[in-house]
Amino acid sequence: MKVTLKVWRQKDAQSPGRFVTYPTPELNPNMSFLEMLDVVNEELIRRGEELIAFDHDCREGICGTCSLVINGKPHGPHRGVTTCQTYMRSFRDGETIVIEPFRARAFPVIKDLIVDRSALDRILWAGGFISVRTGSAPEANTLPVPKDVAERAMDAAQCIGCGACVAACKNASAMLFVAAKISHLGLLPQGQPERYRRARAMVEQMDREGFGACTVTGSCEAVCPKGIGLEFIARMNRDYAMALLKGDPIQRAAAAI
Amino acid sequence: MATLNAHIPSGPLALKWTRHRNESRLISPANKRKYRVIVVGAGLAGASASAALAELGYEVYNVVYHDSPRRAHSVAAQGGINAAKNYQNDGDSVWRLFYDTIKGGDFRAREANVYRLAEVSAQIIDHCVALGVPFAREYGGLLDNRSFGGAQVSRTFYARGQTGQQLLLGAYSALCRMIAAGAVKSYTHCEMLDLVVVDGHAKGIIVRDLRSGRLGRLNGDAVVLATGGYANVFYLSTNAVNSNATAIWRAYKRGACFANPCFTQIHPTCIPVSGTYQSKLTLMSESLRNDGRIWVPKRPEDCSKPPNQIPESDRDYYLERMYPAYGNLCPRDIASRAAKKVCDEGRGVGPGGRGVYLDFSDAIRRLGVAKVRERYGNLFDMYREITGEDAYQVPMRIYPAVHYTMGGLWVDYNLMSNLPGLFVIGEANFSDHGANRLGASALMQGLADGFFILPVTIANYLATVDPARRPSTEHSAFAEAESLVADRLRRLLDCRGKRTPSEFHRELGQLLWDYCGMARNRTGLELALRRIPELREEFWHNVTVPGEATTLNQALERANRVADFLELAELMCLDALHREESCGGHFREEHQLPDGEAKRDDEHFAYVAAWEYAGPDRAPVLHREPLVYEEVQMTTRSYK
Repeated sequence: MKVTLKVWRQKDAQSPGRFVTYPTPELNPNMSFLEMLDVVNEELIRRGEELIAFDHDCREGICGTCSLVINGKPHGPHRGVTTCQTYMRSFRDGETIVIEPFRARAFPVIKDLIVDRSALDRILWAGGFISVRTGSAPEANTLPVPKDVAERAMDAAQCIGCGACVAACKNASAMLFVAAKISHLGLLPQGQPERYRRARAMVEQMDREGFGACTVTGSCEAVCPKGIGLEFIARMNRDYAMALLKGDPIQRAAAAI
Repeated sequence: MATLNAHIPSGPLALKWTRHRNESRLISPANKRKYRVIVVGAGLAGASASAALAELGYEVYNVVYHDSPRRAHSVAAQGGINAAKNYQNDGDSVWRLFYDTIKGGDFRAREANVYRLAEVSAQIIDHCVALGVPFAREYGGLLDNRSFGGAQVSRTFYARGQTGQQLLLGAYSALCRMIAAGAVKSYTHCEMLDLVVVDGHAKGIIVRDLRSGRLGRLNGDAVVLATGGYANVFYLSTNAVNSNATAIWRAYKRGACFANPCFTQIHPTCIPVSGTYQSKLTLMSESLRNDGRIWVPKRPEDCSKPPNQIPESDRDYYLERMYPAYGNLCPRDIASRAAKKVCDEGRGVGPGGRGVYLDFSDAIRRLGVAKVRERYGNLFDMYREITGEDAYQVPMRIYPAVHYTMGGLWVDYNLMSNLPGLFVIGEANFSDHGANRLGASALMQGLADGFFILPVTIANYLATVDPARRPSTEHSAFAEAESLVADRLRRLLDCRGKRTPSEFHRELGQLLWDYCGMARNRTGLELALRRIPELREEFWHNVTVPGEATTLNQALERANRVADFLELAELMCLDALHREESCGGHFREEHQLPDGEAKRDDEHFAYVAAWEYAGPDRAPVLHREPLVYEEVQMTTRSYK
């Protein structure tokens, strides 16, 4: 099979970008989408042209590095998979495929299809952890966690932090990502002492990074490669509201003395 | 000339670590903050070390080439992490975990290091649970376990098929807390391209910002390499595409000894190669061997039949037949070799006859589809995505693939290399897995090194240096290293040849797979040792790398890594050639028992082979660290 690519090329964050059309050589339908791009890039290198820059690493759907909006959809045509797990057999012979970067104000383009997603990490730094010093943990089984709670936490913890939810959202909201992280820790008994403080800190950082608000269209859930559900956003909103009602726990404790 | 002293504490094995901790140097909290430690890498070892060192009060720089530390390749580990908790009441203990690991490594690992690893394993689970890692639970709310290869007890903790991801996110969360506290400075998109050595001590690194292309200098009182393994030297491996050997290779060329480079692990259960365009291979977790049964047809003429038309009586469950005591759960090197053997006999299945079946029909009959889905659902999904086949209906087809490297930079008991101030942790060092690593032990080692061992042992070095006299980045050693790096990048860009970096990489990988893969022999290794320098020579004259060094340039990144692989591959073959025995993953066809099992030679090869760089045109110098087993009897490994 062969396809035609319309690829977003952009030299750097300052320069304007544009679509460039590339024909592909003969492809094998069992190639992954990124292997198809490898083949196109090999041709470009041989011609002495700069290759199409795109993010990728593990190529098995777990590191969250690969991105790409393929024919208008983050991570391509299929539900529940990343771009690197998308195969050419999902496309028609002769099809024109449009490839763009994840677009959002909080994700500036670095080059071509690579965007800067460090805003997501700054949200994690704001509170995406349980404060536990190495060496001070109690014996693991002193704290039973009901199986269904552990499974629910795992459903949220599966988030690979790729940012497809942001790219899909018309408001470029990061609520699904933040909700997954808050819910993972907030569901577990270990995460309770910092639960509300964490929710507030992370939501406030998310707002500072320039992500949009959530209007519950659900496009994030539809493109999430790990199937993270919208209900976690509802959970986050409850935790955030509770955090506002409770106020700052440290000031509260000080006031009580 | 390097002198290697492993600094193994005296006294009984079970007391060595306790004694060493008691005798290790301490640095007061007021003084710790004066020291700066550079940690390169943020997988389980790098992230945990960065967090733990920062918690202690050291100033930490964490350097990764990823856009975020949470994407390091530990994220892709599937099956689990071992720990001697004995929650199953099945007779596990620190001793047993230690012994299984030493035996699994075919008696080529250092006894004291492995015992320590088993000793701290239980603490890792405690800490990870406290960090919020959502391990699998039983209905009573307590932690669940499963079995892994090379053990007859269930000691593997897991989080679905994503244990590495969950542990990495746990370690990263600890790192986040320290970044937020200002104790760790996180450098992302930064690739280490050289080690800076001042007066024989590691004092800094040269990095390239992969976004801007700018070279930078970082100085510190110690450098910790947690940069993972070098399996990608084979081009096709289960490693992430960007995993590379550059950091450890540059350290080697600055004087750090490289130990047992030929000890590579070929994992038995991977999805077979399907075409020449393929960029990587995908692992199917070893945990599948808990319930899946491996077989091939008894007769070559049945190989083309659909598997469900081959009756039970015509199937050869060869692992169960050859190794009845461990069956499908025998160690990786043995399972891989057995797969190669049956395929070489013409009984392999699938395209090219390079595949064996991993069959779940018995498990589905015994447990039901729902239970199998609960245990392995994401792996079955992944298999379907890649192959388009439904493993609930037809058996999976699998074949061995390069997965892990036991070899790495030589370190002593303190995890310090022979270069003072250079520490090496996780897969990047050689110390714990001997000639073969058991499943679920890599995650254990990464976190043991980072959370619990390095934070104690690094003080033994730091206490001997004065942070006030840390060389500045203006020191001539930094300038010299930076200009070497810049020259090399320029040479790559100026080559303007005809072949792409990947073409060279693929050719190198094929050479290694053919001659330094699952089975090796003198003729093949000598051939590879002739071909590799030729290929390297051609590379430096005929590679083409478009673009500039001063911008994001992925072709340049790749070419620079391939250049190092082209040198490392030669050392691997040299090591494989010199080791005239078979042990673990290193199988020399000349050295086998009549039944085809590995024939070890303890009299001549019970040592760590540590190679020292001697200059561009000279053969590396071999140092031998004898492996002295004080409490374990070296025996012939048997899983029968």
